[in-house]
Amino acid sequence: MPIAYREIEGQSRGYYALLGAFGAVTLAGLASAYYMEHHGHIVTGMTNQIVWGLPHVFAVFLIVAASGVLNVASIASVFGEKLYKPLAPLSGLLAIAMLAGGLAVLMLDLGRADRLIVALTYYNFKSIFALNVFLYTGFFAIVAAYLWTMMERRMNGYSGPVGLAAFIWRLVLTTGTGSIFGFLVARQAYDSALLAPMFIVMSFSYGLAVYILVLIAAYRWSGRPLGDVVLARLKRLLIVFVAAALYFVAVHHLTNLYVAKQQDFEKFILLTGGVYPVLFWAGQVTLGSLAPIVILAHPALGKSHAWISAAALLVVLGALAQMYVTIIGGQAYPLQLFPGMQESSSFFDGVVHPYAPSAPEIMLGLGGVAAAAVIVLIAVKLLRFLPESLDEAS
Amino acid sequence: MNEPEHVPDPPEAMSRRQFIGWGAAAVAGLAIAPGVTLFDLAHGRPAAQAASNKVRWGMLIDTNQCSAGCNDCVTACSRENHLSGGLAPTDSQWVRKMELKDLRSGKTHSLPMLCQHCEHPPCVDVCPTGASFKRADGIVLVDRHICIGCRYCMMACPYKARSFVHADVTGQNPDVPRGKGCVESCTLCVHRIDRDQKPACVEACAAAGHNAMIFGDLNDPHSEISKHIAAYAMTQVRADLALNTAVRYQGL
Repeated sequence: MPIAYREIEGQSRGYYALLGAFGAVTLAGLASAYYMEHHGHIVTGMTNQIVWGLPHVFAVFLIVAASGVLNVASIASVFGEKLYKPLAPLSGLLAIAMLAGGLAVLMLDLGRADRLIVALTYYNFKSIFALNVFLYTGFFAIVAAYLWTMMERRMNGYSGPVGLAAFIWRLVLTTGTGSIFGFLVARQAYDSALLAPMFIVMSFSYGLAVYILVLIAAYRWSGRPLGDVVLARLKRLLIVFVAAALYFVAVHHLTNLYVAKQQDFEKFILLTGGVYPVLFWAGQVTLGSLAPIVILAHPALGKSHAWISAAALLVVLGALAQMYVTIIGGQAYPLQLFPGMQESSSFFDGVVHPYAPSAPEIMLGLGGVAAAAVIVLIAVKLLRFLPESLDEAS
Repeated sequence: MNEPEHVPDPPEAMSRRQFIGWGAAAVAGLAIAPGVTLFDLAHGRPAAQAASNKVRWGMLIDTNQCSAGCNDCVTACSRENHLSGGLAPTDSQWVRKMELKDLRSGKTHSLPMLCQHCEHPPCVDVCPTGASFKRADGIVLVDRHICIGCRYCMMACPYKARSFVHADVTGQNPDVPRGKGCVESCTLCVHRIDRDQKPACVEACAAAGHNAMIFGDLNDPHSEISKHIAAYAMTQVRADLALNTAVRYQGL
């Protein structure tokens, strides 16, 4: 039986309230970017020590989640899971929207955001950033084509091969995102080939959590039926992905703990580093990984849509904590120029670098999330992304 | 009766045509002369001649000669490059004095830390637009026109040698353009090198009588720096990264 997709009505007060709220946050993000651009980064919490701040936390989260959210579609067209087929268009839409939001944040945080044309016309192909420009723009194109094959009946036959291309592309893309950090040989927090596969697994978990959240919200708010079987499948998959991401994190830290020169850094990030160990243990590990696994696996709680949403939300918050620990915590620990020596200087050598995000940074980051939400809200009203029913009984 | 003698034009008198011709030449000369003079002043190496890879500029820092209380290289750098000299976490510091203490022996060292002008600079590798580049003579620079301010180079630099311009800059040295939103670092005083002068910090160190910094061509076996490097044990900072730095330290 063909799946009946239909636009949401989008006339309710709730819809416009949601659109207005996300629109307002998007505008606040844009205003923040203008403010930062006008005054320079002096108005942010960023310094010459913490060079990437909160906007990068949001941007990298959005980009990683964007590639992961496409998995739902890949499971349908690459791995042939029929149950996932109705879920696929929303998956593609979320991928495009989140990538757009993430890239907007990344771009608006540049020192010279006005030189976007330079970034698009001058390339150093040894730079993973330059390669990412192609990976990101290519992702937009491939996912757009993929959506076309899914949503245009005449093109349905091509959705398999295009879906496969999109799946491969997204794996390469997340490899590129992980490698932004993996290739930083100078810094103890990064410089690991493990980061690329780790980011891929993280993307599975972040993306699916976002997907579940949006799916439950969309179906609840539009009054469409959402069956338990679909959600049970997604939920079980999320348990596996969260556990797999946690496994990679454990291996990364255990490997570092084994290497003598990394032990001081590990002690900092896991134990003595103030806000970072707290965010790691309480945020990323306990609330962001263990708690959702327990909730989702629980025989009673794991059946409730509200609890499943709560678990998915916890995974997202844990993801943001993980990004904060990885990106900010990795920079907060001082570079070791002279191992075995105590270092000090006017440029803050040898001391932990403090960082406090400013309001414009927070608004810019949230603005990226809101922009993605606005894209989704408008798209589901204009085009047929959502099946009329996801209730397997009907 | 003698006919009135024909009086020829005095030789210095000019025809209108000549006047215009000479006038034009004079105006042109006036217009060009300052440029030519400046050109002579500004370029030890003619502008048309590209920097050569036969030369590799480097610096040797003798930490035994470097005095813990002395900051002359830093102030000279700020003066030369019109840096504010401020020490806030957002201020640019192209060269800084580092104080080191060996955790086992307790021995202390003082040394200037600056861009190490690597042969294989990680900042150049990661720069998406190619704004970070290495000149043929080994000097690592930032092209202010194509730097987009992504700060990836600052993440990549093992020496924390780069600064990001966090706010508007005023009172710039025309030889050393700077700009809000771009990354910058020690240029090895490339504008002075191109006029056959030494970097400002090296000059200041010598003026203070420390002579802890030797500047020269690492490729020339007869240069003072090469002779020193051949004679004494030298350290490259983060030698484990095998970046082959142009700044070497003695006495560590």
